[in-house]
Amino acid sequence: MNPLLFPLLATITIFVVAYAICAAQFPMMFSTRVAGNLLTDNAYLGIVAVGMTVVILSGGIDLSVGSVIAFSGVFIAVLLRDTGLHPLVVFGLLLIVTTLFGAAMGGLIHWLAMPPFIVTLAGMFLARGAAYMLTIESIPISHDFYSMLQKTYYLMPGKGRLTFIGVLMVLTVFVGMIVAHRTRYGASVFALGGGENTARLMGVNVRRTTVKIYAFSGFMSGLAGIVFSIYTGSGYPLAAVGTELTAIAVVVIGGTLLTGGAGFVFGTLVGVLTMGLIQTYIVFDGTLSSWWTKIVIGVLLLAFILLQKGLVYLSSRRQGSMA
Amino acid sequence: MKRTLKRIAPQLITLVVLAALVSWFFPSFLQIEVSNGRLVGPVIDILKRGAPVAILGVGMTLVVATGGIDLSVGTVMAIAGAVAAAALVNGLGVPAALLLAIAAGLAAGFWNGCLVAIFGIQPIVATLILMTAGRGIAQLITEGRILTFNEPGFAFFGSGNIAGIPVPAIMWVVTGILVAILMRRTALGLLIESIGINRRASALAGINARVIIIAVYMASGLCAALAGIITTADILGADANNAGLWLELDAILAVVIGGNSLLGGRFSIAATVLGAMIIQTIGTGILLAGFPSEYNLVIKAVLVLAILMIQSPHLVREWGAIRQKITGRRAARDQEVQP
Repeated sequence: MNPLLFPLLATITIFVVAYAICAAQFPMMFSTRVAGNLLTDNAYLGIVAVGMTVVILSGGIDLSVGSVIAFSGVFIAVLLRDTGLHPLVVFGLLLIVTTLFGAAMGGLIHWLAMPPFIVTLAGMFLARGAAYMLTIESIPISHDFYSMLQKTYYLMPGKGRLTFIGVLMVLTVFVGMIVAHRTRYGASVFALGGGENTARLMGVNVRRTTVKIYAFSGFMSGLAGIVFSIYTGSGYPLAAVGTELTAIAVVVIGGTLLTGGAGFVFGTLVGVLTMGLIQTYIVFDGTLSSWWTKIVIGVLLLAFILLQKGLVYLSSRRQGSMA
Repeated sequence: MKRTLKRIAPQLITLVVLAALVSWFFPSFLQIEVSNGRLVGPVIDILKRGAPVAILGVGMTLVVATGGIDLSVGTVMAIAGAVAAAALVNGLGVPAALLLAIAAGLAAGFWNGCLVAIFGIQPIVATLILMTAGRGIAQLITEGRILTFNEPGFAFFGSGNIAGIPVPAIMWVVTGILVAILMRRTALGLLIESIGINRRASALAGINARVIIIAVYMASGLCAALAGIITTADILGADANNAGLWLELDAILAVVIGGNSLLGGRFSIAATVLGAMIIQTIGTGILLAGFPSEYNLVIKAVLVLAILMIQSPHLVREWGAIRQKITGRRAARDQEVQP
């Protein structure tokens, strides 16, 4: 069996075991209400993490996603407030803007041959600054279409609500899985992650793939921004601060190697659910202070990275002994 | 000395240009007065407020020079501040508080260094772990509140002054000079640079990369502790949530503006602290010139992109090719004229 599947299996196992432990202590956690809330509350994180997964699979990193989410919310709110455009038109405009922004970053990364870290860091400042320049305060969104989107849900047995954004996140994960594992573009991404020179020798168009990768991440950030604005009902320039790092943590917990070239988009979904589970447990417990969330996430991150390191080391040793 | 000046020339020029620009909007920018035995003026303000980023930048320069990065310095600031405040609130006295804070910073750096050097974890992720968990640890120490204390001996580090110059400004200058001397007068600077340029070759040459990498992260932790002491002393309280928030990005920015490559290798501490002052000048300058502070981020982004373009190897090569074409055409034309 592919040894790189181990981190994914470990993630799934840990999630199932953790859920079981939490449900043993709080039986109410085993309700569809909690499941529905889990999906809804972390919808934006899941969508942005799909984009981040693709970027990390290519060996890069995208620090601008949180700021693009904030910019998206503000952009939507300002346009809806100041013009009479229908939200769907605004969504379309926004997605074009964020995709182009991502593509520009990808182009710079390739053209300047600079580490993605610093280019996307500049992008993060730029997006956050653009959001500030549009507005400093929070702008509420009050459009009928929005209210309809917020109220759309499917009532599951047990009174749990499967909301529109929750379903959207799951759909996005499936789309991400298909794109990453079943298209030629996905194969190019994995190849890039394995090494830029080998990818070029393999015939991958490095420039085009790099631009497409960050454009994809920009698209996902925009989509996550739309979802976040539906979730909060407002546009706030200080939103989603630190989301990029949470997204990276989620991707790593989901079993994707940070050096790139190996990973599974499905693992990211499990990672998002795990993070949501920790927060739900803390809320249920009521006595644990919120900072334990951060400590637990840090510990989980460390555990998964050590696990990944160990597995890669073991698999390379096995290959060495076989050769 | 001449080589150092040549190295930091771009940063000096940028600083001068910035100062000129701000002075155009705010004519009394460069004025320094004496009031109550201390120097006051926008420039002194910049020197004082830029201290945490400058000190963080010194440690970050060393880490970046080995090819790594330290995302946890802001969090370590919060932890060190929380430790110092907790020590003071429990009546341990100023020297003990200082020592404990510095020890906390060194311990955090040791943790990061071990993860990177011994376990071989990528620096971004290794320091991300402490960055995530560290805020929780800091909040654990302060028990979720803002710990305040009233210790004039400690407050000296934030708001005191020596010979009229604010203590934070003196601290970053002294730290920068001491570290620079340590790097250039001993072999340490050479060893760090070689590890950053080619770790395998350094190992083959006999350099103990592990020890040096751990030491470098410990130095970064120490700098973060010093910066944390300054911020905590400044507000006479430890805010585990906000102390040092996102300052690591400003520190990395200072390192990049200072012309140090993020991929590791040759470094210049003077350039980094100048970069920190540039960042602070932008921030203060925007406020003084009357622009809304939202412009701060966009200008920082544009500046980073401009510097990246100048530093980019591709652009350097293309510029060389363009220059060659121009001079080649001229030489060919000259040859045609004189048959």
